[in-house]
Parts: sequence; C-alpha cells; structure tokens
Amino acid sequence: MCLAIPVRIEEITGQMARVALGGVSREVSLVLTPEAQAGDYVLIHTGYAISVIDEAEAQETLRLFAELEEASREVEAEEAAARNDRSREDATLS
Amino acid sequence: MTHMESFRDPATARRLIDAILRQVTGSLRVIEFCGGHTHAIMRYGLRDALAPQVTLLSGPGCPVCVTASADIDQAIALSQRPEITLATFGDMIRVPGTKTSLQGARAEGSDIRVVYSALDALQLARELPAREIVMLGIGFETTAPTIAAAIAQARAESLKNWSVYSMHKLTTPAMRAILDAGEVAVDAVLGPGHVAAITGWEAWSFLATEYGVSCAVAGFEPTDILQALLACAQDKAAGQPRVTNSYGRGVSAEGNLVAQGLMAQVFTTADAAWRGLGIIPDSGLAIAPEYAAFDARARYALPGLAEGPLDAEAALGCRCGEVLRGVVEPAGCPLFGTACTPAHPVGPCMVSAEGSCAAHYRYQGVVA
Amino acid sequence: MTDGVVLLAHGSGGILSQELIENMFVRHHANDVLSGMEDAALVSLDDQAEARVAITTDSFVVQPLFFPGGDIGKLSVCGTVNDLAMRGARPLYLTSAYIIEEGFSLTELERIVVSQAATARAAGVRIVAGDTKVVERGSGDGIFINTAGVGLVPEGVHVSAANARPGDVVLLSGAIGDHGLAIMTRREGLQFSSPLRSDCAPLNDLVATMLRACPEIHVLRDPTRGGVATALNEIAQRSGVGIEIDEAQVPVHVPVQAAAELLGLDPLYVANEGKLLAIVPESAAGAVLQAMQSHTYGVEAAAIGRVVSSSPGRVVLRTPLGTRRLVDMLSGEQLPRIC
Repeated sequence: MCLAIPVRIEEITGQMARVALGGVSREVSLVLTPEAQAGDYVLIHTGYAISVIDEAEAQETLRLFAELEEASREVEAEEAAARNDRSREDATLS
Repeated sequence: MTHMESFRDPATARRLIDAILRQVTGSLRVIEFCGGHTHAIMRYGLRDALAPQVTLLSGPGCPVCVTASADIDQAIALSQRPEITLATFGDMIRVPGTKTSLQGARAEGSDIRVVYSALDALQLARELPAREIVMLGIGFETTAPTIAAAIAQARAESLKNWSVYSMHKLTTPAMRAILDAGEVAVDAVLGPGHVAAITGWEAWSFLATEYGVSCAVAGFEPTDILQALLACAQDKAAGQPRVTNSYGRGVSAEGNLVAQGLMAQVFTTADAAWRGLGIIPDSGLAIAPEYAAFDARARYALPGLAEGPLDAEAALGCRCGEVLRGVVEPAGCPLFGTACTPAHPVGPCMVSAEGSCAAHYRYQGVVA
Repeated sequence: MTDGVVLLAHGSGGILSQELIENMFVRHHANDVLSGMEDAALVSLDDQAEARVAITTDSFVVQPLFFPGGDIGKLSVCGTVNDLAMRGARPLYLTSAYIIEEGFSLTELERIVVSQAATARAAGVRIVAGDTKVVERGSGDGIFINTAGVGLVPEGVHVSAANARPGDVVLLSGAIGDHGLAIMTRREGLQFSSPLRSDCAPLNDLVATMLRACPEIHVLRDPTRGGVATALNEIAQRSGVGIEIDEAQVPVHVPVQAAAELLGLDPLYVANEGKLLAIVPESAAGAVLQAMQSHTYGVEAAAIGRVVSSSPGRVVLRTPLGTRRLVDMLSGEQLPRIC
C-alpha cells in the first residue's frame, strides 16, 4: 500500500493516461484523479493515479532543504570559530 | 527520475541526520506505521545512522503481515476450484497459511497469476470468459480505492466472471488498537504518506488530540523520512504533540475526495481479523450489497470473517503478532534467524520484503 | 514450511535453488569436482595432467522466447560460453539438445537455430553434437534448450569462486538489471513499454583480454539469476571473506532504474546475461579495469568494491547516503510488489 511512484502524464485518452518515468511508460487510470492534466506529475499505485503532485509544495520542500544547507554552513562556521577561540585561549594560557 | 532524485540527495540527507541527532537530547522513540517506511529505512541504512538516540519501531502497516492465516487458507481454497483463476499482487504469494502458501498451491496446480494492477485482473476476465477470475484485495486506504474503481468498472461493463475477495483493512483503527493496548511507548508516529494521500493528513490528528502522541506524515524518499523524524524530534523537545504534514507535495489536509467517495460507494466497514491484533471492529472493508455480484464472499458463499486461526504459526513459536504491535523486536522471537529466515520464513513478518523481521535480518552483523 | 514439491522459487537462483542443488543433486552425485559448485567444472582427460578441461551444462527455459536484445537461441550459446569463460577457459565446443512441444512453429524454430548459429560464430565456438525430442502439446513451454560446453583453461590461470582474498578489488563489467527487467516488463500482466533490451552477450573475448592484462585474476562470475547480490554472496561464502560494495559505483541505466522503481524491485537482484564480476588483486585492478573499458562488452566497467576480512560470508553495501546495510542473497522468486 505504500509503493507509489511519481510519474509524468504524457497524454490523456478518456480516463486513461500514458505516463512515463525514465523512458519506461505505462497506461494508468485517472479515475481517482480526474483533475489531472497532461504535463502533471502524479503518484501512481497499482496502475492508478492516486494524487496529483503539488509542484509548489515540492519546490517549497526543496527550498527548505536549501535553507538547511545554509543553516548547516552557519553551524559549521560557528563551531569552527569556537574551536579557534579555544585554541587561542590555550595558546595564551601556556 | 530527477523528481525522485531531488528527494534522495545524499548531502541533504546527511544534514537532516545531523540535525536530528543535534535535536534529540536523550532518546526518541518513533513507530513507523507503514511497511513501506520500514523498507525504505532499511534500503537507505537509516536505522544505523540514527542509532542509538533514535529508536525506530515497526508497526502493523504491512498488509501482507497482518493478513490472517484463515484468509490465506480461504484464498487457497478458492484457487483450488478448477473454474477459478486467482489474481494476486506479488506480495502475497509466499505468505504462509495454515498448511501452505499461494506459491505452494500454484505448484500443486492452482491457476494463480501475479498482477501489477486490478486493471490487469479485469483484462484477464475479458480475455478468459470461460474462467472465473477472483482478485485478492489486500492493502489499506492506498489500495482500496483502486479496487473500488475496478469493481465500479466491472459493474459498468457488466462483467459476469470477475469478483474480489476483500481483505482490505483500515489503518487508523489499527493505530488506535496498538496505542489502546498500552504495550508500546512511543514519542511519535511516522505517518503513512500514501495512505494519507487518500485519507488526508487531518485524519491523523486524533493521535495528538486523543493520545498526546505526535505524528509526522511522511513520504518515502530518505529526505522525506528524515524531515518527518526531525519534526518528531522538534515536537518532543517542545513538549507539544502535533500532527504535521512532511509530505506536502503528495498529501493535503482533506485527502483525495474522489477516492474516498468511491470507497464509500463500493465498500462498507466491517469487522476484520488482523494477525497479531485479533478482530478489530469496523477496521475492514467489505463489499457493499449493491456490488454483491463482484464480491467473492457472496458469490462463493463464504463467511464474512474467515473461519480458522488468525495466526497459525504462533503454535510453532512465531511471535509475529507481538512484533506487529511493536512489543517485541524481531530478535526477541526464538525463531528469528534460525528456524525463520527469508529463504524459509515461518511467519509473514519474514516473508514480506517490508516485514519487520525481514528488514531486521538484513541488519544482522552490520558494522556501523 | 515445506510443501514437499518443487517450487518456481527453486529455479530462481537464490537460496532455495542452492539448497535444492546441495541437498538433492550434490548429495547423491557427490564427488570432489561437483562439490566445488563452480560455474564450470575443471577435469583432466588424462590422469597425469593438471585439470584444465572445463565442462559445463545449462538449460534454457526463458519466456518469452523472443525478446528485445535476444532470444532463447542466442541466450543458450552466450550462457554456456560464459559459464566456461568464468573459469578463465577458452570455450571450444558446445552441444545443443532441443525439447520441442508438439505444434511449435517451424518458422520460429528456424529463427532460434539461426540465432544460435550466428552467436556461436561470433563467439568462436562450434556446436558439435545435439539431440531432438518432441513432447506432447501441453507438456512444454514451446521449446526448452539444454547445452553442454567444453573449453580449455590456459596454464597459470586459476579462477575460482573460492579464490577471493582480503584486499582484492571487485570489478563489474557494466550496467546491471537490463536482461531481467527487459524480460519482466514484457511478461503478461505487466504491460510496460520500455526501451529495455537484454544485455545478452558472449564474454569469452572480454575475459581473454582481461587475462592478458592480468593472468592472476582470482574470481570471475556472471551475475545471472539472483543478480549481483546473489553472485557476491556466493563468492563471499565460498571464499570465506567479506565483500563491501559502494552502491554509488554500481552502474544502472536510467530506464532500468525506472522500471525497478515502478515494480518495487532492486536491480542488484535482477538477472544479467552479458555482464561479469571480476575479483582481482589490488595491484592489477587498474590494468584489468582499463582492459575491460577498452572492450565492447566492458565499456561501462567500474570498480564497485573490495574484499575484506571482516564479516566473512557477508556482503555489505554502502548506500549513496554513506550509511551501510547488508545485501542478502535472493530468497525466492523476484516478484513485483505493491507495498
């Protein structure tokens, strides 16, 4: 019940769509996602699209990852600075 | 492939792991409801990366693992009727019933076909009008709507030789049953992302409001899982249980209303027999009376709840039931790794690729 | 849970296959050559001489009979030639026995035989003996082919699954999963359309090139049924060593990865018919890899891991995230999953 894969809708014919991933394609049913359009990405599970992927949300998540990268760099910089301070203290004490 | 690859970025995953480990003071215990999460966690080695501060427990969200032996026996019995062709998802073929499995039955002459989709089973019915096709309906709310759609299709085409043996189950009653049993203490639940694509993430808010347990609904790529675990860690630190959606691109608050509508039309809730959890009221999906022509139980005069043991292997010492409730780790089962291995599984937790025991078996002896 | 009958899983190349072979066949046919359980046996035809004659046998039952990239005929020659090549032998002669179902099309039969002949010529081997049987309609799957192969191992070459040593480098001749997924996506019920083609190829010339670069290659194995995962586990067990591989270094073509994702399969367990694993001393790894990459059937060759002394008998994988997990042997049939 968990294996659902994001694929791109290439073409719609009635309630069926030709979807593709990495050059592999298959016909799936859009009965559960009648709002889906050609060019949309959908999650498919056992030959049915179960959800249209929200591109804006996907981009938002990727943006959060980029922020995480920023935050990590800041944390690393702070930790490096703290190490430098400590070694300067050690140097003055000795 | 790039869509998936973005959510598998190793550098992001490493940063999320570091962020989780920085956030967790003491420990964090999370139960991953869904077997698909167990599989992904295993595939990407996440358990080891987060141990020992973070403990991940497997839950009962493996529809293969929770199928009662009696239901398997019933499916096998159906396959032994000469006029029946049984169509099943591949996951079920090795699951043991009381005496044998579907693969054993096939070896003895049953006509059993592995299908990728209910659509393929419908096609079999059209191509083989002299055969009676029975589709085994397993899965939770992710799969049930697809079977409902197939049943609706069968009715629209007036197919005379196609029916479904429904063993579908609902996730939230099982989640409640585990927490009600009070056997397992967790800080948070990793919520099943594809179930939630159908049910909506608000369907999981009861965890915070009624049980004081956080839930982060998660997708299945490593960064999805890690992001959700970070949310769980932050909730614990804040002392504030919440339900959050870490799978925004796939899951909305209200879910897939078309799918929910189809399920309500084709199915009714019924009591269901869960291996490991016993009979849980209103936790299963039975086919509604108007669709009786496509209900294998009605068609072949089978009882609503299959008669027989839920858990035939318990007599052999198998502790799958307790593993499914998160009470016992696989290593706590006397058969684990000795009498019960992936090649010779005794219980379904070892049979299923996403079962807790199969997943843990692959961790044995790994140097972190 | 024993069913008392043979299951499809017994033929899938994983643990159940291994058990059937050990408990049924090797047990009753016991002799020291057979118990080596190599891809091909080494014997001597003259009691005095060192055992350098390689013999193998194989059967081909693939469905569908014709698939993108090959057919049962081509496969029957490549599979047999490769078994011999995996002992470092130069393949010389093949036999081919046909078990044909009544009603099978003569046109299709000829297509298969023509394909065998062409593949044999390309591989430089001759089919020198054969047999034909016809069984009643319903008793077979159209056609089954059984082969035997004979070759000669050059002096100084000692290739065996038991020869891997800690410190050795693991090389893979190219991208994995193409054959098995090409077949699976064509099978009834799956209905995917894909550009996947079987990688079916005779590897004897590639092996000869590699041996010229380094006659001391320790292990050669073609990862057929059960895939790279099973082949590495078998080597780890026979040699009593651990093997560590780096997932990021294992080449997989995009459509293969896509088909695997859609079906819930792991390319490491999918059959290949034109690839080999080579385990070589570290000092020779660079030269052998270069020799592979300069050959048509080794263009995408890569170093994918190392042999270690820890975790003997086990294969450990480093994921692209830098985490680690075990790679087990295939347990049963590989089937598409929904969970």
